[in-house]
Amino acid sequence: MGYALDFGWLNDALGMIASGAAMTVFLIVVTSVAGTLLSIFGAIGRRSRHAILRKLVAGYVELIRNTPFLVQLFFIFFGLPRLGIRLDPVAAAILAMTLNMAAYSTEIVGAGLDAVHKGQTEAAKALGLRPRIIFIKIILPQALKVIFPALTSQIVIMMLESAVVSQIAVRELTYEADMLQARTFRAFETYFIVTLVYLGLSIALRRLLYAAGRRSIAGGMA
Amino acid sequence: MIEFTFWDIARNLLLAARWTVLLSIVAFTGGAIVGVAILLARISKRNWLRRGAQYYIGLFQGTPLLMQLFLLFFGLPLLGFRIEAWTAAVLGLTLCASAFLAEIWRGGVQSLPDGQWDAGSSLGLHYFAQLRLVILPQAFAITRAPTVGFLVQLIKSTALTSIIGFEELVRTSNAINNATFEPFTVYGLVALIYFVLCYPLTRYTKKLELRTAQR
Repeated sequence: MGYALDFGWLNDALGMIASGAAMTVFLIVVTSVAGTLLSIFGAIGRRSRHAILRKLVAGYVELIRNTPFLVQLFFIFFGLPRLGIRLDPVAAAILAMTLNMAAYSTEIVGAGLDAVHKGQTEAAKALGLRPRIIFIKIILPQALKVIFPALTSQIVIMMLESAVVSQIAVRELTYEADMLQARTFRAFETYFIVTLVYLGLSIALRRLLYAAGRRSIAGGMA
Repeated sequence: MIEFTFWDIARNLLLAARWTVLLSIVAFTGGAIVGVAILLARISKRNWLRRGAQYYIGLFQGTPLLMQLFLLFFGLPLLGFRIEAWTAAVLGLTLCASAFLAEIWRGGVQSLPDGQWDAGSSLGLHYFAQLRLVILPQAFAITRAPTVGFLVQLIKSTALTSIIGFEELVRTSNAINNATFEPFTVYGLVALIYFVLCYPLTRYTKKLELRTAQR
């Protein structure tokens, strides 16, 4: 017996899909900003004079990079309440995503910092700038410029990985898809549409970041 | 109620980890085989083949693996195939791996100077002989580090197959957690097992990267 694809449900479902997509976008925006900021501190810690700090950051990075995101998420959402830290699903998702993103981009930002020529620091010192100003105004913008493509890829990967947070009932795109298919019994069509939405989101996100990066970073800051 | 000791939990998790390892190996092998085919299309002289491979890679790299698994799991039965979680998991991970591996190896092929192709043809080798004897061995050698790096990513990705119902490490840990109410221990151990699987490979990748950088 043949199976006829049916997209008749789609009209009523647009609202759910849109609100799910909005949640996904919200998650990735918060995560990108928080994760990148955290990873700057991570990269500084990785290059600190104190061996303990260096080891601590390295340990955190390796721990996150060698375990699945899903397990990290479950550990934070189900495991941490044992220690008295109880988070609601959205907070747990943001925490897990940020910690995950930060570990990966610590490496990326670090590579960027290393790529900035030593002479830049020396020149800034010769001008009498304070170390903090040198880092924020001279080193960091140049480093970000170098790593922006890699950071963009990481953000897109994180967005795709965020599909997993549906498993702790965060009402994002995949969660809404699960709800929809349970109601319409049109699992294939539902996931097909939602996959297209993800594809669109990842293409749009990449383009947007690329355009924004070219304007703000390659332009004036450095 | 049955009491679970720490060792009961650890033993059951380790037994389940065998499925994670098996799935990783099968998917990596399958992904490598399909990946070579995609690579050949991606570097082909025919425009439509190149374009097709490009879309294939873009599709798998631009959508969540979880959606790919769902589409296979719910889609294949519509085409009349009886499908179990294991089949969908292997198929999904294989296809996804093939896209990523093809893209990694393409980088290797394109980083070789044109002279390698020219030298091959001046020896009278035809296209496939050039690929087999000259180009691919070098491309694989250059890209060994990212290839092993991708294997780590693949091992971690097998965790997602728990969501479509494949009994691997994470799905077993969910069941154990439901029975023991020890999420901290259970998920901590699961993370540890994944770490033990992945970390040596990560170290190996680092070593390969250093070796390449020194050259």
